[in-house]
Amino acid sequence: MIGRLTVPRSGWHPATVAANTPETGSAARLELDVEGWPGNAAGQHLDVRLTAPDGYTATRSYSIASSGPATGDVTRVVLAVDRVPDGEVSPFLVDVAMAGDRLEVHGPLGAFFVWQPQPAGAAEPAADAGVDATVRPVQLIAGGSGVVPFVAMAQAHADADDATPFRLLYSVRTPADVFFAAEFERLVAASAPFRLDLVYTREAPAGWPTPPARITREALAEAVLPASDVPLIYVCGSTGFVERVAAWLIELGHDARSIRTERFGGT
Amino acid sequence: MQHLDGNALAGALAEFFSFDVTTAVARCNGCGAIDEFARALVFTSPAGTVVRCPSCDHVLATLVESDDRAWLGFSGVSAIEVRRG
Amino acid sequence: MSFVTRGFGGRSRDRDERLPPGQTLVHDFPVLSAGPTPEVDTAEWAFSIITEAGTHKWTWDEFNALPAEDIATDIHCVTHWSKLGTSWRGVSLDTLFENVESQFDYVMAHSYGGYTTNVPLDELLNGQSWVATEFDGEPLDPEHGGPARLLVPHLYFWKSAKWVRSLVMMPRDDPGFWEQNGYHIHGDPWQEERYW
Repeated sequence: MIGRLTVPRSGWHPATVAANTPETGSAARLELDVEGWPGNAAGQHLDVRLTAPDGYTATRSYSIASSGPATGDVTRVVLAVDRVPDGEVSPFLVDVAMAGDRLEVHGPLGAFFVWQPQPAGAAEPAADAGVDATVRPVQLIAGGSGVVPFVAMAQAHADADDATPFRLLYSVRTPADVFFAAEFERLVAASAPFRLDLVYTREAPAGWPTPPARITREALAEAVLPASDVPLIYVCGSTGFVERVAAWLIELGHDARSIRTERFGGT
Repeated sequence: MQHLDGNALAGALAEFFSFDVTTAVARCNGCGAIDEFARALVFTSPAGTVVRCPSCDHVLATLVESDDRAWLGFSGVSAIEVRRG
Repeated sequence: MSFVTRGFGGRSRDRDERLPPGQTLVHDFPVLSAGPTPEVDTAEWAFSIITEAGTHKWTWDEFNALPAEDIATDIHCVTHWSKLGTSWRGVSLDTLFENVESQFDYVMAHSYGGYTTNVPLDELLNGQSWVATEFDGEPLDPEHGGPARLLVPHLYFWKSAKWVRSLVMMPRDDPGFWEQNGYHIHGDPWQEERYW
């Protein structure tokens, strides 16, 4: 639900790379042990700053795939970083960073693109919960690496055994490009209601009922919750993907204020 | 480079404000639209960051940074609303 | 807290004695933008000089009938990159101001898309600036300011307004867009006039 929302205060924290493992052919899962991390809500991001010997710095934002309160002086924070061709920071994080390396991170950042489960035992949503006093179903729409904040949201939803209906429409190029595939399988099977719809744009798995193709307005209309359900919608991906999808959602009757977007840049 | 949205301002502006800027609400002086900063379009370049109204493109705010100074311009909004508590 | 990140080298940058202080030589041509790239059709394009007495206006065809020059010059961006010996083609501001009279000493350049920047008139005249329509022998790309941009190479390149549409005479050196938002009112790279 979206209502009065409190998120921890952001700050700069030293972090140690605990693990860097391949997630897809072009992306890595980076696990960081962050000192003094106050915890983060699902959907928040952090900034990573790299410093060269001559003092030059480069800073980039990455969505956090994990969420939850701090777990003591050091908290494990999970990122999934896609290598941007000719990028300054992502090739370093994906190909060079290794366990033991020290980085600086700034976060948790952002209270807009966040989903939090209902407080346990809450009888009613907060007074300023928005359009409808009942709990609204949630529609997540991800393009490529835009799925990362939704990994955190879906996991938080499952961990709380939250009854809110959750759907994720996830567009990827090929089956090998699916992030957190094993985690998503477990989430679909868990008791908190979670449905995953995959769209393959370049290459589909053997036996897939539809040929690979970019999402169209019609495919979107079929997969997402209808406007009459008044869902809360989150869209995340490249700028082009997000703006195309958001425009179609408005055409399909969803209220602009029900749609929260996060653009990653790119094409 | 493609533009981003106001979510991308969270880190850069955390240095200057104690509140989260992305959920702060402002009224565009150009068209009167009232929206959270997260919904604004954000154009970043090494020269500076320009924040534009998603409805009418009017410049809402700018951020310029040097090594030891920063300049925050809010010429395109009349006021900023922040939630308390 | 800042510490050096193992294995991160950043970008390599060349220093060169021909450059103003704080500048580094680059061989590409970075694009910096404050908003969406205006797409201006030359059929609708016009360039104006507006004074307190009236307006001088050229359509694309009229503009291209004016005597033009080839320009070879160095350019310096406030974000620390410089390019030496860039080639442009354009119409000198001396040509454009030939029949323009004004009591005012300052100019505000206005661009398609709303960008503005201010320059004193005496820094635009006497061979110091052009309205350029070609770069490197080709028509100027929209992302580099085409169809036409102001070219004032002796000042930081934010003064060389992309997508220029008019020059408006003004009595005071009023600040343009970046000048209002932190950049130096004048912008001389040799004096490192970058910020307020």
